[in-house]
Amino acid sequence: MTLSAYLALALILFCIGLYGALTKRNTVIVLICIELMLNAVNLNFVAFAKYGPHPGVHGHVFALFVIAVAAAEAAVGLAVLIAFYRNRKTVQVDEANSLKH
Amino acid sequence: MSGTDIAFFLLALAAIAGGVTMLQLTNVVHMVIALVMTFVGIAGLYVLLSAEFVAVVQVLIYSGAITIIMLFAIMLTRHHTDERERQTTGGVWHRAVAAISVIAFGLAVYFGIRQLDFGADGSALSGDNAKAIGKSLYSYYTIPFEIVSVILLVALVGAIVLAKKDGKEAGDE
Repeated sequence: MTLSAYLALALILFCIGLYGALTKRNTVIVLICIELMLNAVNLNFVAFAKYGPHPGVHGHVFALFVIAVAAAEAAVGLAVLIAFYRNRKTVQVDEANSLKH
Repeated sequence: MSGTDIAFFLLALAAIAGGVTMLQLTNVVHMVIALVMTFVGIAGLYVLLSAEFVAVVQVLIYSGAITIIMLFAIMLTRHHTDERERQTTGGVWHRAVAAISVIAFGLAVYFGIRQLDFGADGSALSGDNAKAIGKSLYSYYTIPFEIVSVILLVALVGAIVLAKKDGKEAGDE
């Protein structure tokens, strides 16, 4: 397969994640859509590591770093979600509006 | 059409189908399970790209750890299972504007990557993938590798501090 096929697939996954993060109402689903976007970026890293101008394992190392930071982000995001649920008894994004008015 | 092409199309189909199914479903648990299909499909694509180590890490971290932590977060909070309640923010206009923006973004990027080809035949990465990554991590990327361990520690402590009960509430019980 060529490079552009992998890049197009990653673009489709990124667009799905972006649409979900913009429109979904449940905080858990918004977080998981962000994970999907990070996955699409990882796919780009690994595709460029094989088919890019300078093939090598550096792309793999960057993908591993992104996975580590994404795991940390998911843990902190879900902790914020638990704290928010304890205070407001809801997990909907549009009800988190205390700072809005 | 070679076997690699067929494997690519099947895995790409699985990944996209998982994402689209996630957008369509209404039950939160089902959405997370649909995302597992996407994550496993991407892991298969990593194997096609001769990144076996990243594929194993993908299955461990995404299909395993992050899915489980999301399911725990869903079970610890209350979710309405009422089908009639709306699942999305805003109204039809909000969704339409979001969809048009995302499609425009996708088209703009697609015209940029459509003809992209660096002429690499993909034979540079063969065998001993984990060994090469280990050598790279402990020679070129030693400092970032150590900083990642600090980030994970900070995230661990921060998550515990955020999620534990406030002092006042804990004292009441």
